[in-house]
Amino acid sequence: MPLTQQEIQQFTAKACQLRKDAIDTVYWAGGGHIGGSLSFTEIMILLYYKYARIDPKNPGWDDRDRIVVSKGHAGVGYAPILADKGYFPKELLKEFNHTGSILGMHLDGNKVPGVDVSTGSLGHGLPITVGLGIGARLQGKSWLTYCVLGDGECDEGSVWEAAMAAAHYKVTNIITIVDRNRMMIDGPTEEVMRLEPFADKWKAFGWIVKEVDGHDFNQLADAIEYTQKEDKAPVVIIAHTIKGKCVDFMEDKYEWHYGGLDSEKVELAKACIEKHYCEL
Amino acid sequence: MAADGLTYTIVDTANMSTAEIYGKVLCDLAEKHKEIVGLSADLAKSTKMGQFAATFPDRFFNAGIAEQNMFGMAAGLAKAGLTPFVSTFAVFASLRAAEQVRTDICYQKLNVKIIATHAGTSFGQAGTTHHCTEDLAVMRSFANMVVIAPADGIETANAVMAAYEHKGPVYIRINRGFDPFLYEKSDYGFQIGKAVQLKDGTDITIIACGAAAYNAYHAAGILEKEDKLSVRVINMHTIKPIDEEAILKAVMETRRIVTFEDHNIVGGLGSAVAEVIVKSGKGCAFETVGIPDQYAIIGLPEDLQNYYGFDQNKIIEKVRQIMGKDFEQTEDWEDEV
Ligand SMILES: Cc1ncc(C[n+]2csc(CCOP(=O)(O)OP(=O)(O)O)c2C)c(N)n1
Repeated sequence: MPLTQQEIQQFTAKACQLRKDAIDTVYWAGGGHIGGSLSFTEIMILLYYKYARIDPKNPGWDDRDRIVVSKGHAGVGYAPILADKGYFPKELLKEFNHTGSILGMHLDGNKVPGVDVSTGSLGHGLPITVGLGIGARLQGKSWLTYCVLGDGECDEGSVWEAAMAAAHYKVTNIITIVDRNRMMIDGPTEEVMRLEPFADKWKAFGWIVKEVDGHDFNQLADAIEYTQKEDKAPVVIIAHTIKGKCVDFMEDKYEWHYGGLDSEKVELAKACIEKHYCEL
Repeated sequence: MAADGLTYTIVDTANMSTAEIYGKVLCDLAEKHKEIVGLSADLAKSTKMGQFAATFPDRFFNAGIAEQNMFGMAAGLAKAGLTPFVSTFAVFASLRAAEQVRTDICYQKLNVKIIATHAGTSFGQAGTTHHCTEDLAVMRSFANMVVIAPADGIETANAVMAAYEHKGPVYIRINRGFDPFLYEKSDYGFQIGKAVQLKDGTDITIIACGAAAYNAYHAAGILEKEDKLSVRVINMHTIKPIDEEAILKAVMETRRIVTFEDHNIVGGLGSAVAEVIVKSGKGCAFETVGIPDQYAIIGLPEDLQNYYGFDQNKIIEKVRQIMGKDFEQTEDWEDEV
C-alpha cells in the first residue's frame, strides 16, 4: 500500500471538495463538461497533490514535472484543482466562461497559470507528451511528464501514432493514464466506436498495461509508482472509472457529458456527493 | 422555388437553432434521395446530424472521434456513388482533416457536402481550440471547393439544398445556437455564387457574411435614419465562387466598401473581396473588419461580435468613421485604370 491512512483520508476529503467545486463551476460557467470532470478526480488528485513535482508559486519552474490534460474539455474539473493548489485565486472560478475571463471551457496555457499545454482538440496530448519526454531525456533532465487521456479520445489516430513513437523511442519518462469511463458524447464507447480489446491494442503497440480501479487511490498510486520506475517500455494505466462519479443522476450517463445546472440541481448534485462520502 | 420544391419559412423553423434547421432539411432531402448518407465524429448530437441518424440509422456512420478517417470514408462513399453529408465542428473539418478534404475530396472532385457547425466565434466560451476563424481561408484555397457562410437558418436551408443540387464538394459553415432571422421565407432566389443585395445605397457598400450580415442590415437602417446615409448592404453568402459583378458594381456606384466577417481578416471574405477589387484596376476606399489576425478572446458570442467590431453598434461606428474620412469623390476614376 503506497499511501498512508492519513493520505487516503486527506485525498478523500479533497475528492469530495473538488467534485463539489466542479459542480459550482458548471453553475457559474452556465454549462460545462461535467461527466468527465467527475470521472478523473482521483487521478488528478494523485498527480497534483502527491506525485508531480510542481510549485504553484513558480508555475514556470524549469525542472517541474509537466502535466498534460489531453482531455482538455474537462476544464470545469481541472480549474478548481489549479485554484485549490494556489495557481490563481479561487474567486476566478466564478468568472469561468465569462467574457474576457482567463478561464474558458478549455484551459488556455497562455492565460492560465499551471496549464502546461493548451488542449481541447482531442488527440493532441500524447504526441506532445512523447515530445516532452524525449526532450527531457535529451537534455539529461529528470522531470517527468504526466498525460491524462479520455477513452473516446483514443479513437483519434494521432494517439496511436504517438503510442507507436513512444515505444519506438523507448520513452519511459512519461506516465500515461486513460480515464476509461466508457462514455463519449454520442453514446458508450463500445457502441459509437469499439475500443476493445483496448489493453491488447496498447500491448500490440509495445506498451506495458496496468489496469486499475480509477477511483481507488491505492491502486492508482501503485500503478503510478510502478510506471515511474519502469524503464524497459512505456506504461499505460487504464483507469476504470465512472462518468459523472458520485452524482447519482449523472453516473454512467453519456447525456451528462456536457450540461448546465440550475441552482436546484446544483444542490441536488452536491447532496449526492456529500452522501457518497458520508457512506464511505 | 427552391430545389426539390421544398420551401421553408420562419414559421416552420421558429424556435429552431440554425443547426436544427440543417438537420430538418437534411432529413427532408434524404427522404427523397436514397443515396444520401451521413457521417459525424462523435458530434452527431451537437451538429444535429443526429436527426438524420435517428431517422435513417442504416445510412448514418459515426466515425468516433476520428475526423481524418471520417473524411476519408466520405471520399470512399462518394467514389462508390453515394452522396455523403459530413458534419463536425468547423475547426475539425477545416483544420484537423484539411488534407483529407483537399486531397481525397477536392482534388478528386468528389460529391461530398461538409456542413460544419460552431464556426467563427459562435462557440466563444470554448476558447481557441474550438473557435474557427481560419476555415474560409483554408477552404477557399482548395480548388474545386464551393464555400458558403449562410446568414441565418433560412439561408442555411437554402444552402444545404443548393449544395445537394451542386455536383462536387461544398463547404457550409454555420454557427452554434440560434441566429436571428434575416429572412422570413426561403424563396428569395438563393443561388450559389450570387450575392443578395439586402438594401440598395449609393454612399457606401457593406459586404458581410454569416452573423455579420444581419447586423449589417440593421446597422444600415439606423445609418439611413440617423445619418441620412445611403448604405448598400450585400449578403455575400458564397465566399467561393465570389460574386465579382456585385463587388465591381459597388466599387463604381458607391466608391466605398467595408467588409464584416466572423473570421480572421487574413484570407476570408475581406481578402476575397479585395482580390476582386485589385484585379479590376479600379480603386475605392476599402476596409476589412473581422478578427485582427489573433486568437480571439473567450466570451459570449454576442460580446465577441462587439469586441471584434461586427455587431450592429460597431458596424455603425465603423461606417461613420469611414464616411468621416477625407476621400476624393470628384476624381475621374476612369483615368486610373
Ligand atoms: C478533435 C476533436 N474532435 C471532437 C471534439 C469534441 N469533443 C469534445 S469532448 C468529446 C468526447 C470525449 O470523450 P472522452 O475522450 O471519452 O472524454 P470523457 O468521457 O472522459 O469526458 C468530443 C467528441 C474535440 N474536442 N476534439
